[in-house]
Amino acid sequence: MIIASDPLLSSDIGFSVVAVMLLKVVLAFALLMVSVMLVIWFERKIVADMHNRVGPSLAGPWGILQTLADGIKLFFKEDLLPERADRVVFRLAPYLSLVPAFLSFAIVPIGGDFTNGGDGTVSIFGHRTLLQVADPPVGILLFLALSSIAVYGVMLAGWSSGSKYPLLGSVRASAQMISYEAALGLSMATVFLSSGTLSTSGIVSGQATWNWNLVATGVIPFVIFVIAGTAELNRPPFDLVEAEQELVGGFHTEYSSIRFALFFLAEFMNMITMSAIAVTLFLGGPNGPILIKQIAWVWPILWFFLKVMAFLFTFVWLRATLPRLRYDQLMDLGWKLLIPASLGWFLLIASLNIGEDRGWSTFLVVPIGLVVLSLAALLLNGAIKKAKDSSLNAADLSEISEGMDQ
Amino acid sequence: METVVFLISAAVILSGALGVIFSKNPVHSALFMVQTLFGVAVLFVLLEATFLAAIQVIVYAGAIVILFVFVITLLGVDRAEDLKVEPISGQRPLAVVLGASIFGIILTVLIVAVGGPTGGQAANTPIGDATDNTRILGEALFSTQVFSVELTALLLTVAVVGAVVLSTRPTKPLISTLDEQQNDTLDDELEEKGGE
Repeated sequence: MIIASDPLLSSDIGFSVVAVMLLKVVLAFALLMVSVMLVIWFERKIVADMHNRVGPSLAGPWGILQTLADGIKLFFKEDLLPERADRVVFRLAPYLSLVPAFLSFAIVPIGGDFTNGGDGTVSIFGHRTLLQVADPPVGILLFLALSSIAVYGVMLAGWSSGSKYPLLGSVRASAQMISYEAALGLSMATVFLSSGTLSTSGIVSGQATWNWNLVATGVIPFVIFVIAGTAELNRPPFDLVEAEQELVGGFHTEYSSIRFALFFLAEFMNMITMSAIAVTLFLGGPNGPILIKQIAWVWPILWFFLKVMAFLFTFVWLRATLPRLRYDQLMDLGWKLLIPASLGWFLLIASLNIGEDRGWSTFLVVPIGLVVLSLAALLLNGAIKKAKDSSLNAADLSEISEGMDQ
Repeated sequence: METVVFLISAAVILSGALGVIFSKNPVHSALFMVQTLFGVAVLFVLLEATFLAAIQVIVYAGAIVILFVFVITLLGVDRAEDLKVEPISGQRPLAVVLGASIFGIILTVLIVAVGGPTGGQAANTPIGDATDNTRILGEALFSTQVFSVELTALLLTVAVVGAVVLSTRPTKPLISTLDEQQNDTLDDELEEKGGE
């Protein structure tokens, strides 16, 4: 059974191979837990700075242990179960959002030298292995599959609470996540076109010589990916799911104690994973210059973390800056702008690829493609305008006829 | 190894399928269906059809069943039902007979068919490099199967257009309750409004 192209698993699987595998799993788990702890602190500190506040400052130096203190506090709180809750599903839901958040980090390569023909492997106890837990041939599709499972966590948490605000929150959440998953997938598909593989290590090694997919796919898919990714994470400005002014706490209103902590954990884990996936797909993953040859293995890991940090800061920055979207604006942006734009760009890149294969002139393919795309955009725009007008007319007509009846 | 994985996933699939039928709450039924779909995805991985496994989870578990749950919770039909009531009398015995006969037919095909029901080659050997089944599937879909793909796409488009047509309200009542003259004055009024 071939489920991974990791050189570690191609040889005989003995005790030491299993040990290395276990070490990787434990390391990834610990890394994710610690970084969640630090990211929560990071977000609170940055937002406080942007608000001209001090932020957490008492637990540990600069308040860095605040998250740990909060976690311990939540752990000892009473765990409430609403009377009208669906007991089994209510208990299941936090794990349905936590487990995918953990698993999807497994496919991200966090280090390894891919430059100068390197295959990105490092040596651990005499075994060559990739610095990622799993490298399945369908790679990035696994991420999409897991993020579609994470919708269940949110959806069922709201439903099983047996109360109206959580239900409203979860209905909003599932509608939002399903709509933006399409744009997310389409912008990813452009990357698959330019790198010709689905495996994450393959995508990263295709970007080894500074030819990042950010440029190769023409920036637009990257922009769409970041917007759709923010919506997929339910982070501001797309946090209608837990709009405090309208829905109390959204889908997790009825959750308390450790179950609430699990949702909180999953949310920040998803934020880290989404940043890591964006870095892998568009920004060359761990690729970067190796400055000091003696500690060559450190540099890719360092570059990877710097790039992820840039994304995390952007997410926090967006939260502190932008006001929340209205529900109809959210749906308009998703369905009428992001999905058509990503689909159109996908077609353009595909026709460029075919043109290269057939030896057509790029100077002809690009203008013709752009003209066709703008024609399609005009048609779509016209159709949307017409639909809006006719629905307004229908509203007028029914108002007038109601007036006549009276 | 493969037998063990197969047995476990078969147990998962069958228990999920039974759960779909026997749960009283529609949401629980939908969740059991997700369990069944996951079991099938594991079987796909076992057959080295990794792409199909991923698509199975993304499309069926991630889109279709989510939509079921969405509709169930939104329409408020998520209450437990009494399973003892038969909506159509004699439905249950008939269902048993039908199920048994379908099972019999499938079993006969499996036993009698020469070289397996899907052809010996497809059943026993991979059609290409297993790590690259995304490419193989894509090539098959857009070369030998291109007409069926396009026809399916057309069918889906027709379905979408149909859904849109059904969901829009007609701007004028289908059976006019106002007479022609009144309608005309209405149109004039609207035009005047638009002119302003």
